[in-house]
Amino acid sequence: MPVAVEIDNLVVRYGEKAAVDGLSLTVTGGTVTSVLGPNGAGKTTTVESCEGFRRPDSGRVRVLGLDPVADHERLMPRIGVMLQEGGAWSGVRALEMLRYVATLHAHPLDLPGLIDRLDLGSCGRTPYRRLSGGQKQRLSFALAIVGRPEIAFLDEPTTGLDPHGRREIWQLIRDLRDDGVTVVLTTHGMDEAEQLSDQVFVVSAGKVIAAGSPDVLTEHGTKSLEDVYLALTAPPARETR
Amino acid sequence: MSTTYAPQPGSAPWPRKVLAHARMEFRLLLRNGEQLLLALVIPLGLLLLLGGTGLGDRLPLGDGPAVDLAVPRVLALAILSTSFTSLAIATGFERRYGVIKRLGASPLSRTGLLAGKIGSVLAIQLIQLAVLIGTGFALGWDPAGGFDTVFGVILMVVCGTAAFASLGLLMAGVLRAEATLAAANLLYLLLLVGGAIMTPVEEYPDGLQGVVRLLPSAALANGLANATLEGVVPWAAALSLALWAGVLGYLVSRTFRWD
Repeated sequence: MPVAVEIDNLVVRYGEKAAVDGLSLTVTGGTVTSVLGPNGAGKTTTVESCEGFRRPDSGRVRVLGLDPVADHERLMPRIGVMLQEGGAWSGVRALEMLRYVATLHAHPLDLPGLIDRLDLGSCGRTPYRRLSGGQKQRLSFALAIVGRPEIAFLDEPTTGLDPHGRREIWQLIRDLRDDGVTVVLTTHGMDEAEQLSDQVFVVSAGKVIAAGSPDVLTEHGTKSLEDVYLALTAPPARETR
Repeated sequence: MSTTYAPQPGSAPWPRKVLAHARMEFRLLLRNGEQLLLALVIPLGLLLLLGGTGLGDRLPLGDGPAVDLAVPRVLALAILSTSFTSLAIATGFERRYGVIKRLGASPLSRTGLLAGKIGSVLAIQLIQLAVLIGTGFALGWDPAGGFDTVFGVILMVVCGTAAFASLGLLMAGVLRAEATLAAANLLYLLLLVGGAIMTPVEEYPDGLQGVVRLLPSAALANGLANATLEGVVPWAAALSLALWAGVLGYLVSRTFRWD
Protein backbone atom coordinates (compact mmCIF):
# COMPACT_ATOMS: atom_id res chain seq x y z
CA MET A 1 0.00 0.00 0.00
CA PRO A 2 1.23 3.55 -0.67
CA VAL A 3 2.49 5.83 2.08
CA ALA A 4 -0.22 8.29 3.10
CA VAL A 5 1.64 10.28 5.74
CA GLU A 6 5.36 10.63 6.18
CA ILE A 7 6.86 12.60 9.07
CA ASP A 8 10.61 12.79 9.36
CA ASN A 9 12.34 14.26 12.41
CA LEU A 10 9.61 16.87 12.99
CA VAL A 11 10.31 19.66 15.45
CA VAL A 12 7.62 22.23 16.39
CA ARG A 13 8.32 24.77 19.11
CA TYR A 14 5.99 27.12 20.98
CA GLY A 15 8.44 29.76 22.12
CA GLU A 16 11.29 27.97 23.85
CA LYS A 17 9.32 24.78 24.47
CA ALA A 18 9.47 22.01 21.87
CA ALA A 19 5.97 20.50 21.66
CA VAL A 20 7.22 18.03 19.05
CA ASP A 21 10.89 17.15 19.30
CA GLY A 22 12.29 15.00 16.51
CA LEU A 23 9.21 12.89 15.82
CA SER A 24 9.19 10.47 12.88
CA LEU A 25 6.40 8.18 11.72
CA THR A 26 4.92 6.72 8.57
CA VAL A 27 1.26 5.92 7.94
CA THR A 28 0.34 3.36 5.32
CA GLY A 29 -2.63 4.14 3.10
CA GLY A 30 -5.91 2.37 3.79
CA THR A 31 -5.14 1.68 7.44
CA VAL A 32 -6.26 2.97 10.82
CA THR A 33 -3.37 4.48 12.77
CA SER A 34 -3.67 5.62 16.37
CA VAL A 35 -1.40 8.16 18.01
CA LEU A 36 -1.40 7.72 21.78
CA GLY A 37 0.29 9.73 24.47
CA PRO A 38 -0.20 11.65 27.70
CA ASN A 39 -1.67 15.16 27.67
CA GLY A 40 0.88 17.56 26.24
CA ALA A 41 2.86 14.80 24.53
CA GLY A 42 2.59 16.50 21.14
CA LYS A 43 -0.20 14.45 19.53
CA THR A 44 -2.40 17.35 18.48
CA THR A 45 0.57 19.42 17.31
CA THR A 46 1.73 16.48 15.20
CA VAL A 47 -1.70 16.07 13.62
CA GLU A 48 -2.01 19.84 13.12
CA SER A 49 1.34 19.79 11.32
CA CYS A 50 -0.15 17.24 8.93
CA GLU A 51 -3.14 19.55 8.40
CA GLY A 52 -0.93 22.57 7.65
CA PHE A 53 -1.87 24.53 10.78
CA ARG A 54 1.64 24.29 12.29
CA ARG A 55 4.77 25.17 10.38
CA PRO A 56 7.63 22.84 11.30
CA ASP A 57 10.67 24.49 12.89
CA SER A 58 12.62 21.66 11.30
CA GLY A 59 11.98 18.27 9.79
CA ARG A 60 9.70 17.22 6.97
CA VAL A 61 5.99 16.42 6.73
CA ARG A 62 4.34 14.99 3.64
CA VAL A 63 0.66 14.05 3.37
CA LEU A 64 -0.33 12.28 0.15
CA GLY A 65 3.05 13.45 -1.13
CA LEU A 66 2.23 17.12 -0.51
CA ASP A 67 3.68 19.68 1.89
CA PRO A 68 0.73 20.62 4.15
CA VAL A 69 1.86 24.25 4.46
CA ALA A 70 3.16 25.02 0.97
CA ASP A 71 0.51 22.91 -0.80
CA HIS A 72 -2.30 23.70 1.67
CA GLU A 73 -4.98 24.50 -0.92
CA ARG A 74 -4.20 21.42 -3.04
CA LEU A 75 -4.20 19.15 -0.01
CA MET A 76 -7.32 20.34 1.82
CA PRO A 77 -9.92 18.94 -0.60
CA ARG A 78 -8.27 15.51 -0.20
CA ILE A 79 -8.31 15.26 3.60
CA GLY A 80 -10.96 15.40 6.30
CA VAL A 81 -10.29 16.96 9.68
CA MET A 82 -12.11 16.49 12.96
CA LEU A 83 -10.99 19.21 15.36
CA GLN A 84 -10.65 18.47 19.06
CA GLU A 85 -13.19 21.19 19.87
CA GLY A 86 -15.21 23.97 18.26
CA GLY A 87 -15.19 24.55 14.56
CA ALA A 88 -18.69 25.97 14.02
CA TRP A 89 -20.44 29.32 14.42
CA SER A 90 -22.29 29.47 17.73
CA GLY A 91 -25.58 30.35 16.02
CA VAL A 92 -25.39 27.93 13.10
CA ARG A 93 -27.82 24.99 13.08
CA ALA A 94 -26.30 21.52 13.01
CA LEU A 95 -27.57 20.46 9.59
CA GLU A 96 -27.07 23.93 8.15
CA MET A 97 -23.37 23.57 9.02
CA LEU A 98 -23.20 20.08 7.53
CA ARG A 99 -24.90 21.16 4.29
CA TYR A 100 -22.63 24.19 4.03
CA VAL A 101 -19.43 22.12 4.36
CA ALA A 102 -20.84 19.54 1.92
CA THR A 103 -21.36 22.35 -0.62
CA LEU A 104 -17.63 23.11 -0.55
CA HIS A 105 -16.85 19.61 -1.89
CA ALA A 106 -17.24 18.26 -5.41
CA HIS A 107 -18.68 14.84 -4.48
CA PRO A 108 -20.07 14.96 -0.95
CA LEU A 109 -21.52 11.92 0.78
CA ASP A 110 -25.21 11.27 0.58
CA LEU A 111 -26.43 13.57 3.35
CA PRO A 112 -29.60 11.75 4.46
CA GLY A 113 -27.57 8.55 4.90
CA LEU A 114 -24.85 10.32 6.86
CA ILE A 115 -27.35 12.20 9.03
CA ASP A 116 -29.15 8.97 9.82
CA ARG A 117 -25.94 7.06 10.53
CA LEU A 118 -24.69 9.70 12.97
CA ASP A 119 -28.13 10.36 14.47
CA LEU A 120 -28.01 14.07 13.63
CA GLY A 121 -31.62 14.36 12.49
CA SER A 122 -33.04 14.95 15.96
CA CYS A 123 -30.75 17.95 16.57
CA GLY A 124 -30.65 19.21 13.00
CA ARG A 125 -32.27 22.58 13.71
CA THR A 126 -30.53 23.11 17.05
CA PRO A 127 -27.97 25.96 17.16
CA TYR A 128 -24.44 24.68 17.64
CA ARG A 129 -24.06 26.37 21.04
CA ARG A 130 -27.03 24.35 22.37
CA LEU A 131 -25.84 20.95 21.16
CA SER A 132 -24.69 18.44 23.78
CA GLY A 133 -21.05 17.36 23.84
CA GLY A 134 -21.93 14.11 22.10
CA GLN A 135 -23.97 15.85 19.40
CA LYS A 136 -21.08 18.24 18.75
CA GLN A 137 -18.71 15.28 18.42
CA ARG A 138 -20.99 13.49 15.97
CA LEU A 139 -21.44 16.65 13.90
CA SER A 140 -17.69 17.23 13.90
CA PHE A 141 -17.17 13.65 12.72
CA ALA A 142 -19.69 14.17 9.92
CA LEU A 143 -17.94 17.38 8.84
CA ALA A 144 -14.64 15.48 8.65
CA ILE A 145 -15.90 12.77 6.30
CA VAL A 146 -18.64 14.47 4.28
CA GLY A 147 -16.20 15.40 1.48
CA ARG A 148 -15.16 11.76 0.86
CA PRO A 149 -11.55 12.32 1.91
CA GLU A 150 -8.60 10.06 1.20
CA ILE A 151 -7.36 10.59 4.76
CA ALA A 152 -9.42 11.45 7.83
CA PHE A 153 -7.55 13.02 10.77
CA LEU A 154 -9.69 12.49 13.86
CA ASP A 155 -8.61 14.23 17.06
CA GLU A 156 -10.10 12.31 20.01
CA PRO A 157 -13.21 11.31 18.03
CA THR A 158 -15.14 9.61 20.83
CA THR A 159 -14.51 12.01 23.72
CA GLY A 160 -17.82 12.79 25.41
CA LEU A 161 -19.80 10.05 23.65
CA ASP A 162 -21.90 7.49 25.48
CA PRO A 163 -21.04 3.78 24.99
CA HIS A 164 -23.56 3.38 22.13
CA GLY A 165 -22.19 6.45 20.41
CA ARG A 166 -18.62 5.23 20.81
CA ARG A 167 -19.46 1.84 19.31
CA GLU A 168 -21.23 3.52 16.39
CA ILE A 169 -18.20 5.72 15.69
CA TRP A 170 -15.90 2.70 15.97
CA GLN A 171 -17.96 0.84 13.39
CA LEU A 172 -17.96 3.88 11.13
CA ILE A 173 -14.15 4.09 11.36
CA ARG A 174 -13.94 0.41 10.37
CA ASP A 175 -16.30 1.07 7.44
CA LEU A 176 -14.16 4.01 6.33
CA ARG A 177 -11.07 1.81 6.32
CA ASP A 178 -12.87 -0.97 4.50
CA ASP A 179 -13.84 1.52 1.80
CA GLY A 180 -10.21 2.62 1.40
CA VAL A 181 -10.02 5.71 3.60
CA THR A 182 -6.84 6.16 5.65
CA VAL A 183 -7.71 7.09 9.23
CA VAL A 184 -5.30 8.78 11.64
CA LEU A 185 -6.72 9.26 15.11
CA THR A 186 -5.45 10.55 18.41
CA THR A 187 -7.03 9.06 21.48
CA HIS A 188 -6.72 8.45 25.19
CA GLY A 189 -8.89 5.35 24.86
CA MET A 190 -6.63 2.31 24.95
CA ASP A 191 -9.54 0.02 24.14
CA GLU A 192 -10.33 2.23 21.17
CA ALA A 193 -6.77 2.03 19.86
CA GLU A 194 -6.62 -1.72 20.47
CA GLN A 195 -9.97 -2.40 18.78
CA LEU A 196 -9.49 -0.22 15.72
CA SER A 197 -5.84 0.21 14.89
CA ASP A 198 -3.65 -1.49 12.37
CA GLN A 199 -0.76 0.51 13.75
CA VAL A 200 -0.15 2.38 17.01
CA PHE A 201 2.40 5.10 17.77
CA VAL A 202 3.01 6.00 21.41
CA VAL A 203 4.25 9.56 21.75
CA SER A 204 5.84 11.09 24.82
CA ALA A 205 7.61 14.43 25.21
CA GLY A 206 7.29 15.07 21.48
CA LYS A 207 8.90 11.82 20.33
CA VAL A 208 7.66 8.38 19.26
CA ILE A 209 8.71 6.01 22.03
CA ALA A 210 7.01 2.86 20.73
CA ALA A 211 5.35 1.74 17.50
CA GLY A 212 3.76 -1.37 16.12
CA SER A 213 0.50 -3.19 15.64
CA PRO A 214 -1.60 -3.76 18.77
CA ASP A 215 -0.72 -7.45 18.49
CA VAL A 216 3.00 -6.74 18.56
CA LEU A 217 2.80 -4.11 21.31
CA THR A 218 0.69 -6.38 23.54
CA GLU A 219 3.00 -9.32 22.85
CA HIS A 220 0.21 -11.23 21.09
CA GLY A 221 -2.39 -10.35 23.65
CA THR A 222 -0.45 -11.43 26.74
CA LYS A 223 -0.66 -7.85 28.04
CA SER A 224 -3.28 -5.18 27.63
CA LEU A 225 -2.41 -2.13 25.56
CA GLU A 226 -3.21 -0.01 28.61
CA ASP A 227 -0.58 -1.81 30.69
CA VAL A 228 1.96 -1.42 27.90
CA TYR A 229 1.09 2.26 27.57
CA LEU A 230 1.30 2.88 31.33
CA ALA A 231 4.69 1.22 31.50
CA LEU A 232 5.99 3.21 28.55
CA THR A 233 4.74 6.58 29.73
CA ALA A 234 5.24 6.20 33.49
CA PRO A 235 6.77 9.32 35.01
CA PRO A 236 10.31 8.79 36.32
CA ALA A 237 10.39 7.56 39.92
CA ARG A 238 11.06 10.29 42.47
CA GLU A 239 14.48 10.19 44.05
CA THR A 240 14.42 9.37 47.76
CA ARG A 241 17.12 10.26 50.24
CA MET B 1 -23.95 10.33 -4.93
CA SER B 2 -23.06 6.99 -3.41
CA THR B 3 -23.84 5.91 0.09
CA THR B 4 -20.42 4.37 0.72
CA TYR B 5 -17.32 6.14 1.97
CA ALA B 6 -14.95 5.33 -0.89
CA PRO B 7 -12.69 8.35 -1.37
CA GLN B 8 -13.82 10.73 -4.06
CA PRO B 9 -12.24 13.99 -2.95
CA GLY B 10 -12.47 17.24 -4.79
CA SER B 11 -13.27 20.87 -4.41
CA ALA B 12 -16.51 22.45 -5.55
CA PRO B 13 -16.10 25.18 -8.21
CA TRP B 14 -14.79 28.44 -6.73
CA PRO B 15 -17.95 30.51 -7.43
CA ARG B 16 -20.12 27.89 -5.68
CA LYS B 17 -17.89 27.93 -2.60
CA VAL B 18 -17.85 31.72 -2.44
CA LEU B 19 -21.61 31.94 -2.87
CA ALA B 20 -22.16 29.29 -0.18
CA HIS B 21 -19.91 31.13 2.24
CA ALA B 22 -21.42 34.54 1.53
CA ARG B 23 -24.93 33.13 2.04
CA MET B 24 -23.91 31.50 5.31
CA GLU B 25 -22.38 34.69 6.74
CA PHE B 26 -25.36 36.73 5.52
CA ARG B 27 -27.85 34.39 7.21
CA LEU B 28 -25.87 34.36 10.45
CA LEU B 29 -25.74 38.15 10.54
CA LEU B 30 -29.50 38.39 10.07
CA ARG B 31 -29.86 36.23 13.21
CA ASN B 32 -27.49 38.42 15.20
CA GLY B 33 -29.40 41.29 16.77
CA GLU B 34 -26.33 43.20 17.96
CA GLN B 35 -24.80 43.31 14.51
CA LEU B 36 -28.11 44.29 12.95
CA LEU B 37 -28.30 47.17 15.41
CA LEU B 38 -24.89 48.34 14.28
CA ALA B 39 -25.62 47.80 10.61
CA LEU B 40 -29.06 49.31 10.28
CA VAL B 41 -30.67 50.71 13.40
CA ILE B 42 -27.93 53.20 14.36
CA PRO B 43 -27.47 54.74 10.87
CA LEU B 44 -31.24 54.83 10.32
CA GLY B 45 -31.82 56.44 13.72
CA LEU B 46 -29.13 59.05 13.01
CA LEU B 47 -30.62 59.85 9.60
CA LEU B 48 -34.08 60.29 11.09
CA LEU B 49 -32.67 62.51 13.83
CA LEU B 50 -30.52 64.66 11.54
CA GLY B 51 -32.75 64.79 8.51
CA GLY B 52 -36.21 64.45 10.01
CA THR B 53 -35.94 66.76 13.02
CA GLY B 54 -34.42 70.18 13.46
CA LEU B 55 -31.29 68.69 15.06
CA GLY B 56 -29.39 68.57 11.77
CA ASP B 57 -29.74 72.34 11.36
CA ARG B 58 -28.09 72.97 14.73
CA LEU B 59 -25.05 70.67 14.14
CA PRO B 60 -21.95 71.53 12.07
CA LEU B 61 -22.83 69.37 9.05
CA GLY B 62 -21.98 72.10 6.53
CA ASP B 63 -23.96 74.60 4.49
CA GLY B 64 -27.22 73.46 2.91
CA PRO B 65 -30.39 71.53 3.78
CA ALA B 66 -29.71 69.18 6.70
CA VAL B 67 -31.06 66.07 4.95
CA ASP B 68 -28.84 66.64 1.88
CA LEU B 69 -25.83 66.92 4.17
CA ALA B 70 -26.84 64.03 6.43
CA VAL B 71 -27.57 61.32 3.82
CA PRO B 72 -24.02 60.91 2.39
CA ARG B 73 -22.50 60.96 5.86
CA VAL B 74 -24.94 58.40 7.21
CA LEU B 75 -24.19 56.23 4.16
CA ALA B 76 -20.51 56.46 5.07
CA LEU B 77 -21.31 55.45 8.64
CA ALA B 78 -23.30 52.43 7.41
CA ILE B 79 -20.39 51.30 5.22
CA LEU B 80 -17.99 51.74 8.15
CA SER B 81 -20.20 49.76 10.53
CA THR B 82 -20.69 46.80 8.18
CA SER B 83 -17.39 46.52 6.36
CA PHE B 84 -15.25 47.28 9.41
CA THR B 85 -16.89 46.88 12.81
CA SER B 86 -19.26 43.99 12.11
CA LEU B 87 -16.73 42.15 9.97
CA ALA B 88 -13.90 42.54 12.48
CA ILE B 89 -16.00 41.35 15.42
CA ALA B 90 -17.54 38.44 13.51
CA THR B 91 -14.16 37.30 12.18
CA GLY B 92 -12.55 37.63 15.60
CA PHE B 93 -15.13 35.33 17.14
CA GLU B 94 -14.94 32.93 14.20
CA ARG B 95 -11.27 32.54 15.07
CA ARG B 96 -12.11 32.12 18.77
CA TYR B 97 -14.70 29.40 18.06
CA GLY B 98 -12.40 27.52 15.69
CA VAL B 99 -14.51 28.35 12.63
CA ILE B 100 -11.54 29.81 10.75
CA LYS B 101 -9.58 26.66 11.52
CA ARG B 102 -12.49 24.46 10.41
CA LEU B 103 -12.70 26.40 7.15
CA GLY B 104 -8.92 26.17 6.78
CA ALA B 105 -9.32 22.41 6.77
CA SER B 106 -11.90 22.61 3.98
CA PRO B 107 -11.60 23.27 0.25
CA LEU B 108 -12.85 26.87 0.70
CA SER B 109 -9.33 28.42 0.29
CA ARG B 110 -8.10 31.76 1.55
CA THR B 111 -9.37 33.69 -1.46
CA GLY B 112 -12.73 31.91 -1.21
CA LEU B 113 -13.07 32.87 2.45
CA LEU B 114 -12.21 36.53 1.83
CA ALA B 115 -14.41 36.76 -1.29
CA GLY B 116 -17.31 35.14 0.60
CA LYS B 117 -16.92 37.62 3.43
CA ILE B 118 -16.79 40.57 1.06
CA GLY B 119 -19.83 39.19 -0.79
CA SER B 120 -21.77 38.98 2.46
CA VAL B 121 -20.73 42.53 3.42
CA LEU B 122 -21.79 43.89 0.01
CA ALA B 123 -25.16 42.12 0.24
CA ILE B 124 -25.81 43.68 3.64
CA GLN B 125 -24.68 47.08 2.40
CA LEU B 126 -27.06 46.81 -0.53
CA ILE B 127 -29.92 46.47 1.97
CA GLN B 128 -28.50 49.26 4.15
CA LEU B 129 -28.15 51.64 1.20
CA ALA B 130 -31.62 50.81 -0.11
CA VAL B 131 -33.21 51.52 3.29
CA LEU B 132 -31.17 54.66 3.98
CA ILE B 133 -31.52 56.13 0.48
CA GLY B 134 -35.25 55.34 0.51
CA THR B 135 -35.59 57.03 3.89
CA GLY B 136 -33.53 59.96 2.65
CA PHE B 137 -35.88 60.50 -0.29
CA ALA B 138 -38.86 60.23 2.06
CA LEU B 139 -37.29 63.01 4.17
CA GLY B 140 -36.84 65.23 1.11
CA TRP B 141 -33.27 64.40 0.09
CA ASP B 142 -32.43 66.12 -3.20
CA PRO B 143 -29.08 64.80 -4.50
CA ALA B 144 -27.24 66.35 -7.46
CA GLY B 145 -28.30 63.44 -9.69
CA GLY B 146 -26.81 62.29 -12.97
CA PHE B 147 -24.32 59.61 -13.97
CA ASP B 148 -21.39 61.11 -12.07
CA THR B 149 -23.33 61.04 -8.79
CA VAL B 150 -24.39 57.41 -9.19
CA PHE B 151 -20.94 56.33 -10.36
CA GLY B 152 -19.29 58.34 -7.58
CA VAL B 153 -21.44 56.69 -4.89
CA ILE B 154 -20.75 53.19 -6.27
CA LEU B 155 -17.01 53.98 -6.48
CA MET B 156 -17.01 55.13 -2.86
CA VAL B 157 -18.93 52.06 -1.69
CA VAL B 158 -16.47 49.72 -3.44
CA CYS B 159 -13.29 51.54 -2.39
CA GLY B 160 -14.57 52.21 1.15
CA THR B 161 -15.57 48.58 1.58
CA ALA B 162 -12.16 47.40 0.37
CA ALA B 163 -10.30 49.73 2.75
CA PHE B 164 -12.43 49.14 5.86
CA ALA B 165 -12.86 45.41 5.30
CA SER B 166 -9.07 45.12 5.09
CA LEU B 167 -8.77 47.06 8.36
CA GLY B 168 -11.35 44.79 10.02
CA LEU B 169 -9.69 41.60 8.81
CA LEU B 170 -6.28 42.88 9.91
CA MET B 171 -7.60 43.64 13.39
CA ALA B 172 -9.28 40.22 13.66
CA GLY B 173 -6.10 38.53 12.51
CA VAL B 174 -3.74 40.05 15.06
CA LEU B 175 -5.92 40.59 18.15
CA ARG B 176 -7.82 38.18 20.39
CA ALA B 177 -11.60 38.08 19.89
CA GLU B 178 -12.36 40.12 23.03
CA ALA B 179 -9.71 42.70 22.14
CA THR B 180 -11.12 42.89 18.59
CA LEU B 181 -14.62 43.46 20.01
CA ALA B 182 -13.39 46.31 22.19
CA ALA B 183 -11.02 47.87 19.64
CA ALA B 184 -13.48 47.70 16.73
CA ASN B 185 -16.23 49.39 18.74
CA LEU B 186 -13.81 51.99 20.10
CA LEU B 187 -12.44 52.81 16.66
CA TYR B 188 -16.02 53.01 15.30
CA LEU B 189 -16.87 55.62 17.93
CA LEU B 190 -13.58 57.49 17.47
CA LEU B 191 -14.05 57.69 13.70
CA LEU B 192 -17.70 58.66 14.15
CA VAL B 193 -16.72 61.58 16.36
CA GLY B 194 -13.23 62.47 15.21
CA GLY B 195 -12.85 60.89 11.77
CA ALA B 196 -14.87 63.40 9.73
CA ILE B 197 -17.70 60.91 9.22
CA MET B 198 -20.53 63.12 10.46
CA THR B 199 -18.73 66.48 10.35
CA PRO B 200 -16.86 67.91 7.36
CA VAL B 201 -13.08 68.23 7.72
CA GLU B 202 -13.41 72.02 7.46
CA GLU B 203 -15.28 72.10 10.78
CA TYR B 204 -12.28 70.65 12.68
CA PRO B 205 -9.67 72.91 14.32
CA ASP B 206 -7.07 74.14 11.83
CA GLY B 207 -4.27 72.15 13.44
CA LEU B 208 -6.16 68.88 13.12
CA GLN B 209 -7.50 69.22 9.59
CA GLY B 210 -4.32 67.98 7.91
CA VAL B 211 -4.36 64.74 9.94
CA VAL B 212 -8.12 64.16 9.76
CA ARG B 213 -8.06 64.61 5.99
CA LEU B 214 -5.72 61.60 5.66
CA LEU B 215 -8.10 59.20 7.44
CA PRO B 216 -10.02 56.72 5.27
CA SER B 217 -13.21 57.70 7.09
CA ALA B 218 -12.76 61.32 5.95
CA ALA B 219 -12.10 60.21 2.37
CA LEU B 220 -15.23 58.04 2.36
CA ALA B 221 -17.59 60.59 3.90
CA ASN B 222 -16.24 63.55 1.91
CA GLY B 223 -16.23 61.51 -1.29
CA LEU B 224 -19.88 60.56 -0.82
CA ALA B 225 -20.75 64.18 0.06
CA ASN B 226 -18.96 65.49 -3.05
CA ALA B 227 -20.71 62.95 -5.29
CA THR B 228 -24.21 63.61 -3.98
CA LEU B 229 -23.98 67.37 -3.27
CA GLU B 230 -21.89 68.50 -6.24
CA GLY B 231 -22.49 65.71 -8.76
CA VAL B 232 -18.79 64.96 -9.31
CA VAL B 233 -16.81 61.72 -9.33
CA PRO B 234 -14.60 61.92 -6.19
CA TRP B 235 -11.40 60.60 -7.76
CA ALA B 236 -9.08 61.93 -5.02
CA ALA B 237 -11.10 60.23 -2.29
CA ALA B 238 -11.19 57.01 -4.33
CA LEU B 239 -7.41 57.11 -4.72
CA SER B 240 -6.94 57.69 -1.00
CA LEU B 241 -9.22 54.74 -0.14
CA ALA B 242 -7.53 52.54 -2.76
CA LEU B 243 -4.14 53.31 -1.18
CA TRP B 244 -5.49 52.46 2.28
CA ALA B 245 -6.97 49.24 0.86
CA GLY B 246 -3.66 48.34 -0.79
CA VAL B 247 -1.56 48.86 2.33
CA LEU B 248 -4.05 47.21 4.71
CA GLY B 249 -4.73 44.36 2.26
CA TYR B 250 -1.00 43.67 2.06
CA LEU B 251 -0.81 43.57 5.87
CA VAL B 252 -3.80 41.19 5.96
CA SER B 253 -2.07 38.85 3.51
CA ARG B 254 1.06 38.89 5.69
CA THR B 255 -0.73 38.29 8.99
CA PHE B 256 -3.62 35.99 7.98
CA ARG B 257 -3.53 32.57 9.61
CA TRP B 258 -5.98 29.68 9.67
CA ASP B 259 -5.72 28.88 13.40
